[in-house]
Amino acid sequence: MSLKAHVKVGRPGFQLDVELEVDEGETVAVIGPNGAGKTTLLRGLAGLVPIEGRVELAGEVLEDSAQKIRVPTERRHIGLVFQDHVLFPHLTVLDNVAFGLEAQGRHDAKQVARRLLENAGLGAKSASMPRQLSGGQAQRVALLRTLATDPKLLLLDEPLSALDVTIRAEVRRDLSRQLASFHGVRLLVTHDPVEAIALADRLVVLEGGRIVQSGTPQEVTARPRSRFVADLAGVNLLRGKSHSDHIKLANGASIAAADAGEGDVFAVIHPRAVALFLARPDGTPRNVWQGETESIDLHGERVRVRVSGPVPLVAEVTSSAVRALHLTAGAPVWIAVKATEVSVYPA
Amino acid sequence: MVLAGLGLLFFLLPLAGLIVRAPWDQAIASITAPETATALELSLFCSLAATAVALVLGIPLALVLSRTTGNLRSLLRALTTLPMVLPPVVGGVALLLAFGRRGLVGSLLYQGFGIQIPFTTAAAVMAETFVAMPFLVIAVEAGLRSLDPRYEEAARALGAKGWMVFARVTLPMLRPAIFSGAVLCWARALGEFGATITFAGNFPGRTQTVPVAVYVALESRPDSAIVLSLILLAVSLVILVGMRDRWLGALWLGAL
Repeated sequence: MSLKAHVKVGRPGFQLDVELEVDEGETVAVIGPNGAGKTTLLRGLAGLVPIEGRVELAGEVLEDSAQKIRVPTERRHIGLVFQDHVLFPHLTVLDNVAFGLEAQGRHDAKQVARRLLENAGLGAKSASMPRQLSGGQAQRVALLRTLATDPKLLLLDEPLSALDVTIRAEVRRDLSRQLASFHGVRLLVTHDPVEAIALADRLVVLEGGRIVQSGTPQEVTARPRSRFVADLAGVNLLRGKSHSDHIKLANGASIAAADAGEGDVFAVIHPRAVALFLARPDGTPRNVWQGETESIDLHGERVRVRVSGPVPLVAEVTSSAVRALHLTAGAPVWIAVKATEVSVYPA
Repeated sequence: MVLAGLGLLFFLLPLAGLIVRAPWDQAIASITAPETATALELSLFCSLAATAVALVLGIPLALVLSRTTGNLRSLLRALTTLPMVLPPVVGGVALLLAFGRRGLVGSLLYQGFGIQIPFTTAAAVMAETFVAMPFLVIAVEAGLRSLDPRYEEAARALGAKGWMVFARVTLPMLRPAIFSGAVLCWARALGEFGATITFAGNFPGRTQTVPVAVYVALESRPDSAIVLSLILLAVSLVILVGMRDRWLGALWLGAL
């Protein structure tokens, strides 16, 4: 049982074109900034928006625009969990969970739903209305309602983002456990990297309607191929043309690097490798630029300083260094990076 | 301020006149008088029947309206709301031309089945439905448009087919809109006069509803006309107070 999909959706000014394969028992997180097309992808797979392309689930063709095949949402055997749960407000928790079973024509829908709720520790909430539930409970009921129908494909749209930050970690653990016990294909979309890394075996990074990178969380964050991933990994990402010992950026600036090879490359510089000075530093660093302090963000003892200049970078220094350097927004500063601290890989 | 006060006065004075001139001592007697009671009974029956017909026909119409877009929607919308702005007498004439013995459909009914609609209780119900149904359609359509489509999507994703989505999700979630639309429709039907007297005439016990009775009684028995008017006024007030912002809100929304 696996999902094979090629989803294309065209809208004025936006084109989604994604090829995706997810195996049974695997959790794939599609991450990307807002507007990347994540929700459209999910709705396309669910059959809620017409797509170009092909969707195949467990050997069954759900959609094939070339052959004009289009299985309607209600016959796709999918489970869709919405960002803000979308529990039916006029039905009790029990009736919500029983809904999908009743749609399948099961006469024991209520009993099954009751047992599911009890097993999930929500038996006491059976007769409650959805508005009486906490955010975490509503999330669990929504997932229960979906899993009750035994779908082949589980689609989760930002499952945790509607929740309070304080309970997110707890619900995330819960969700992780529930996902592990579900034996179909699992696909979630999120813009929250923590959510993605905590829940997924594999990340697919979507930007501007296209996949820019995919791999395990470790692979993706170790070698970012987009600003979005670089930001989530907290590193500086640069792109340019490599000429064996230096990289030429699009704006004309040049960075010295060790063994950079030739051709289009990404260069990653960890903020801890960016050193700041009041005056031009002596010694060996081969990358030295003059710039200006743009902004200063405090993260406890560590401070992230954004500097402009020929190569805009983020530096991570200690708070005592900020005081010693008299760093304020707009202050001039010298920036140095050792060539060996620049890691380079092909674009 | 002065103009606003004048405006308010303009609304209140006639109502005050109605209350001051009401023959309170004979009120009970007037209400229980056979002709009044008959008119009240008939009005109640016709307006409720009209509301029932409007519910059966109007909800599907609202569904269609809420699901169309563009020019077709504008056209359908104009057609369904036309009776709201059309002078009711014109509505009555139009109904006569369609369902009269020589009307478009009426002639077929008469020749084919010997059925004659005008000047029957059925005609009174039809006249009221014609005028009042747009209120229901607009309220329900506004409700449909403010309904988050994801509830229906969630139901479909759970495997519910079209009818189940409608019966278990759409319809229950529309209940407030349907209720306020029905009340509004009923109130309009209860007060219907122009189309009724044109299409159904003035036959006591058959087509003489309260508004028609008021008009007729004004010449011969003014006291009973006033009492009947007061009853209609009381009904309007109860509805207004009972539903306050709800239906007004729905109507404004629908008007946009």
